[in-house]
Amino acid sequence: MTRTIEEINEKIKQGRAVVCTAEEIIQVVKEKGVKQAAATVDVVTTGTFAPMCSSGAYFNVGHTTPRMKLGGGKVTLNDVPAYAGFAAVDILVGATAVPDDDPRNKVFPGKFVYGGAHVIEELVAGKDVRLTATAYGTDCYPRKTLDTWIRLDDLNEAVLFNMRNSYQNYNVAVNLSDRVLYTYMGVLQPRMRNANYCTAGQLSPLLNDPHYRTLGVGTRIFLGGGEGFVVSHGTQHNPGVRRSELGLPQVPAGTLAVTGDLKKMSAKWLRGASFTGYGVTLTLGLGIPIPILDEETLAFAAVTDADITAPVVDYSEAYPNVKPEILAEVTVAQLKSGEITLNGKKVITAGLSSYVRAREVALILKSWIEAGNFLLTVPVAPLPAADSGYRFKLLKERPWEGLREAI
Amino acid sequence: MSKKKVVLNFPPHLIDQPITYRLIAEQGLKVNILRARITPKEWGNMVVELNGDQARVEAGLRFLADLGVEVELLAEEVKWREERCIHCTACLAPCPTRALYVDRATMAVRFDEDKCIACELCLPVCPYQAMEIAAAK
Repeated sequence: MTRTIEEINEKIKQGRAVVCTAEEIIQVVKEKGVKQAAATVDVVTTGTFAPMCSSGAYFNVGHTTPRMKLGGGKVTLNDVPAYAGFAAVDILVGATAVPDDDPRNKVFPGKFVYGGAHVIEELVAGKDVRLTATAYGTDCYPRKTLDTWIRLDDLNEAVLFNMRNSYQNYNVAVNLSDRVLYTYMGVLQPRMRNANYCTAGQLSPLLNDPHYRTLGVGTRIFLGGGEGFVVSHGTQHNPGVRRSELGLPQVPAGTLAVTGDLKKMSAKWLRGASFTGYGVTLTLGLGIPIPILDEETLAFAAVTDADITAPVVDYSEAYPNVKPEILAEVTVAQLKSGEITLNGKKVITAGLSSYVRAREVALILKSWIEAGNFLLTVPVAPLPAADSGYRFKLLKERPWEGLREAI
Repeated sequence: MSKKKVVLNFPPHLIDQPITYRLIAEQGLKVNILRARITPKEWGNMVVELNGDQARVEAGLRFLADLGVEVELLAEEVKWREERCIHCTACLAPCPTRALYVDRATMAVRFDEDKCIACELCLPVCPYQAMEIAAAK
């Protein structure tokens, strides 16, 4: 059995496409087997809703009168510094940016109540955001200061850009030390009192197509409640890691870079997140439709939480010092049971990625496809796969020589 | 039956007295200790839930006041703002009483107010400010 994306799109247009979520397909395969399931089902939808730090948004705010070149100047949005190293009125705010002097961040361990991700969430929610800017002024752009309210509707372009997300598998974080750790994996209690994980497991986009057979540059996706596109593989994409017999990476592997029109998104799917003692990030909803091209794509898309293993890593020592030590491997099914056993000790598990919302993303995407509103895309170019030799590197530090000469 | 959450503040001279015992044995109340901090020679405090018929609860509170224990109604309680919750389950790890728990079939977070002892450990671990302190009813 084989089918093409064009054939699937014909069925979608006619309202005849059979769509299952990556959760529903598991039951279908159990009942019918891979062969019959592949013959019946045209598309499997995936989803995830999790903190994605490498998110940002860029805006064209429109020209002021007289004109002002924000480029090269300083810009803030609700006190959060934005990047203005572009042309006159293009600015970019990153999810993890925080105000320069937020008193709430100065008392240990720091609350990080507000940052770039919250600015993005508020704009998408239709709220007013305060833009301040100072610039040096030029003959063509004479104005030097600006302090104004802006809102999403009034901007020319407002685009979410995300240089890395949808991590294919992720660490389970524990803390072997004697003190509380405040990390991007949440608050880790001493002596391994909790294990925090972050994956949508059987609903996770890249775990349902582990060899990136059906997606690539240009793939249309669910992003932030609207429509987005895969730009390319994400930063730190690392497909060549060790994999299970099913082809599933056993440590963090592939990533995606994605983009989408913020004006069509919804604040429900773009949430500012405050990690105590760590910082701010954006929790983002993303879902990818997987066209069932043959029995193999169907078999991959039927992956279950019991098939997926994640590495347990100590965030007091191994992670900060880039040691490759893995304490154990546990399945996502075990993590989702609420408790895992590590070195004979029972450890409570807690998640960072919302399975409830991941399921909702997959269901929304399914409804869009069933309604004929969302067509699948043939990738313009593939993503580097496991056999591509593509891998990510650590920074090779070459300290600046000037200091030595000065001494 | 009446159920009341109160804060009991014990002056230093009462720290060595078996007051909770007397509250149970003599006043006939069900006493559920939610939190307690007792240090020699200092003011101690306990958050307790008193259970009994209304007359008994009132008599018990008078008994405490007559002994010199300062009684305050629990002014604050922890609220779960469901509309802010994304069901990530990060709050489960620190919750000592499992007031925050997960329906494993759906993976949805649930909050059982009756089990909450207002320890506030969930507040800093929720990235979405879904747990907050509110004035008690």
